[in-house]
Parts: sequence; structure tokens; C-alpha cells
Amino acid sequence: MSTELTTDGSIPATDARTGRTGHLADKAFRGLTQFFALLVALSVLGVFITLLVGAWPALEQYGFFNFLTTNDWNPVTDVYGAVAPIYGTLVTSLLALLIGVPVSFGIALFITELAPVWLKRPIGVAIELLAAVPSIIYGMWGLFVFAPWFSENVQPWMTDNLGDWPLIGGLFQGPPMGIGMFTAGLILAIMIIPFMAAVMRDVFETVPPVYKESAYGLGGTTWEVVWKVVLPYTKIGVVGGIMLGLGRALGETMAVTFVIGNSHNVSGSLFMPGNTISSTLANEFTEADGAIYTSSLISLGLVLFLLTFVVLAIAKLMLIRLKAKEGKAS
Amino acid sequence: MNSSLYLRRRLINAFNLTVSVLTTLFGLFWLGWLLWTLFSNGLQWINLDLFTQSTPPPGEAGGLANAIVGSLMLTGLGVLIGAPAGVLAGTFLCEFGRSSRFASVVRFVNDILLSAPSIIIGVFIYGVVVVSTGHFSGWAGGLALALIVLPVVVRTTEDMLHLVPDQMREAAAALGAPQWKVVSAIVYRAAARGIATGILLGIARISGETAPLLFTALNNQFWTTDMSQPMSNLPVVIFQFAMSPYDDWQHLAWAGSLLITVTILLLNIIARIWLREGK
Repeated sequence: MSTELTTDGSIPATDARTGRTGHLADKAFRGLTQFFALLVALSVLGVFITLLVGAWPALEQYGFFNFLTTNDWNPVTDVYGAVAPIYGTLVTSLLALLIGVPVSFGIALFITELAPVWLKRPIGVAIELLAAVPSIIYGMWGLFVFAPWFSENVQPWMTDNLGDWPLIGGLFQGPPMGIGMFTAGLILAIMIIPFMAAVMRDVFETVPPVYKESAYGLGGTTWEVVWKVVLPYTKIGVVGGIMLGLGRALGETMAVTFVIGNSHNVSGSLFMPGNTISSTLANEFTEADGAIYTSSLISLGLVLFLLTFVVLAIAKLMLIRLKAKEGKAS
Repeated sequence: MNSSLYLRRRLINAFNLTVSVLTTLFGLFWLGWLLWTLFSNGLQWINLDLFTQSTPPPGEAGGLANAIVGSLMLTGLGVLIGAPAGVLAGTFLCEFGRSSRFASVVRFVNDILLSAPSIIIGVFIYGVVVVSTGHFSGWAGGLALALIVLPVVVRTTEDMLHLVPDQMREAAAALGAPQWKVVSAIVYRAAARGIATGILLGIARISGETAPLLFTALNNQFWTTDMSQPMSNLPVVIFQFAMSPYDDWQHLAWAGSLLITVTILLLNIIARIWLREGK
């Protein structure tokens, strides 16, 4: 057989009978699949260019740096700045991580180390279904069910008991409205937990059993094995999973739009209404009149795109590194 | 001293493992609450009118028929464009690209597209299609959804093709089959169930997408099957009706939410059972 294997393991298009490369149908098929692969690669580039073109008029008028550091957002006077939405996006996403990361870790620990075999699958599926529920359902539930309950039963208690604490007290002051940045952050946390828990579960399962067995053999408790063997081994993968969750939280739209209150202000309290980049887009994009207004909104989209791109790229690189390490170990 | 150290370690262990169980219950608790809310608010408004009448003006009775049909058409268009493109791109990654540099780049970009904010996809299609045609349309909505299905299908197709043992490819090649035949007649057949599962998950993913449709398909209060017009669809209708002050509209929003969520959860569960049976 004249079929030679290339170094990267791909099979060159070689005709089996004649040994000649260039069987027409094979070439066409390969070309077709390659075209669509190229399309995938180009789509992200296309998104970036489209956003840049759309954002250009606003960025030209205000300057990119100035746009990022201006706090006003006033369609009447045509002055637009991105501070409030960016602030809201970062605060709600960080809050989501603060709540979501420990919970995801706990769930992954439960599924990989504690749950009996027959329970692993149902629990795993149930948590994944949490990710399948559409964003807009979270939003409706958050606005009509969670927010009223929260403002009546939890918020006053938090203001009374946490509001006087030094440093963090200010975060919990304000009228108990139910909606606001705290509620948005909490709902984001619920939405990203399935993604982070799934990645953590998968990377925990890559730890060679011998490592864990050795630690158990030395008398370690389950917690010690997880904390001192499993976690250090999968560190990069866990951080990758967290970044993946962050990427999701930054761009989540509908759920946040329902519960954040949609006001362009920067407030030190988590109980105050705010805004995120995506909720601003969802609320104002179709109603924006005037080229510069639309362009400013697209600029916000560009900022969000760059932010999530960087976060997701880091997440992906970390997960690739863990995979490479795993490959070397075996 | 030794025994106190033991006790401490065991206590820490017991405490942390308890917390781990509690976090799992915490996660399941929200799923339970969410589903309970949907059923208790939505079930009573599910009736025949929902499927036979169009969305009403405020204060009148009506249904969601136009939105349901619109959603089916948009989702259908999204899958018809996104799924074949995704399967072919996934085929390239597994069968031809493997570990070449180009394939790595495509894989990397695809994973980013997979988690990219869907509202950005909406803005992208707005910039490319809506601006150039001058109006919102069903075509634009379908394209936006296609771009969301695409990475899901690429990813699952590649994963599923990798599960097909290389010996099968080699056996077919040894019998003289050209590669396109090896892939289409042998590899696809072996991985058909997995690929179908990926497409099903893609459908589940876009059925509830709202953000990308806001700027593309927009909404339409009337019955239409004309893709070149703004098109009614369930998620956007739910968004508008839920945010409205009218009771009738809010009831329809709850009914629509229940409809969408049950559909999506069923699709997910079917996909999982299907995949497990195939193994």
C-alpha cells in the first residue's frame, strides 16, 4: 500500500488502487468539510469585525478610553459612557462566582467521591438540566417569585444583621426591593453552577486512581484526599472551569434583564438596581433612535465581546494544559 | 494529643463532606423551586385556545399559536442551516484535520463560540443581515439561531466520530473504499446516534434563546409564515408579555414558559436516554 501516514495522524487523500493522490470525489469531500471548518473559524472574526464597524462612529466621537471611563448615559443629550454597565457586569459576575464556585466544588466532590454509583447519574443529569432551563425562565421566576420572597424574608434580615459590619456593611444597605444587583448575582450563580460543576467533575475523574489510593492507604480522610491530592492535581482544570463559568456569567442576558432593575447608576450597595452590558443591549437596542445611540450600544457589545473572549480563551488554554499533562502522565 | 489530632481530622472531614451534600441539595433545590413555580403558574392556562389562537391585544382572550409556529419555523431554519454545517466541520476536525494546526485553531474558536454570549450573536446578525436588508426578518432570526447550533453540533460530532474505532476505517479502506465513502457509509453510520443526539441538544439549546431574537426576528403580533417579515416567536412573546402590566398577557407568558421548559427538558432527557441505549 502506498498510503503514507502523515506526522499529525491525518490520512492523505490517496486513491487505494492507483496510489495517486487526488481522487476527485475525495478531494471534493475533504474540501467541503474544510470549507465549513474554515467558516467556524471565520465566524468569530466576522463577529469582531462587524462589532468594530458598528461601534466605530461612537468610538470615533468619544474615543475608546473616554467611552470606558465616562459615567453618563443620556440619550437626550447624546452622551454615552460605559462605566455603569461595565461595573454592573463585573459586580454581578464576581458575586456569581463567589456563590457559585464553592457550591460547584461541593457538587463535584459529592458526585465523584461520595455518591453511591446508582445516584451519580441521576444527580449529574438533574444538575445538567438546571443548565438547560432557558435564561428567560430564570428571569420570570426571579422577578415574580424569588424577588418578592427575598425582599420580604431575607433582605431585611441581611440589612439588619450585616448592614452594620465594617467594610462590607455598605453592600447590604438600601431599600428591600427584591430586585437589584444581589438578586442578579445570585441567579447568575444558579445558572453557572451546572457548567462549573460539570467541568470540575470531569477533571476530578482524570486523577489516576493510584494517587488517590496511595493517599487513602496512608490514612488520609476523604476530605484530605480531595483537598491535598485531587485538587492540586487538577488545579488548572478547576480554574479553567471557573473561567468558563465567568465567561457565561458576563454575557448572560435575559435573566439579568428581568431582575437587575435597569438603571444606569453605580452604587456601592448590592441591593440597589443597576445594569449590565447585556441587559442594556436587551432593553435599549431596538428602541435606540439615532445613529450614535445605536453605535454606542454596539460599542458596549464590543466591550462585552472582548471581555468574554479573553476570559474564555484563558479558560480554554488552561483546560488544554491539563489535558496535555494528563497525556504525559499516562 | 494524638487522639485529639485524629478527632480534629475526622471532624473536619465530616463537616466538609456534610457541606458537600448540602451544596448538592442546594443545587437541586433551585431546580425543584423553578419547576414548581412553572407548573403552579402555568398549568392552569394551558388549553386548546393556546394552540389555535394568535396573540391577543391587551385585555382580550387569545393564544400563542402564531408564536408557537414562528418558534418552530425559526428553530427549524436554525437547525437546517446549523446542523449540516456543524456535522461537516466536525467531520473535518476528526477525519482530516486531527491534530494539525488549522484544526486546533478551529477547535479553539469553536469552543469560544460555544460559550459566547448569545446577545452578541444577535448584534452580529443585526449588523450583517438586518442593517443590509433594512428590516427585521425571520431569516435573520433563523441565521442567528443557526450560529448558536453550529458550535454545539461541531463539538458533539467530533467527539462522536472519535469514538468510532480506527480499525473500522482501516478495514473499509483496505477493501478499496475511497475516503468519502469510508466516512459517509461507515463512520457516519456507526456514529449516527451520537450525531443525532448532538443535533437534538442543539435544538434544545436554541428553543429557549431570547436574546439573539430580540434584534433579528423581533416579534409580530399577527399570524405569518413569511420569513422575510418580522416573526413572532415564543421567547420574545414571553419576554414582552411577562414585562407587561396586563394579567391576560402574563398568564399567556406563564403558559408559554411552561411549554418551552417542558419541551426543552424532554429533549434533553430523550437525548441522554438515546445516547445511553446506543452504547
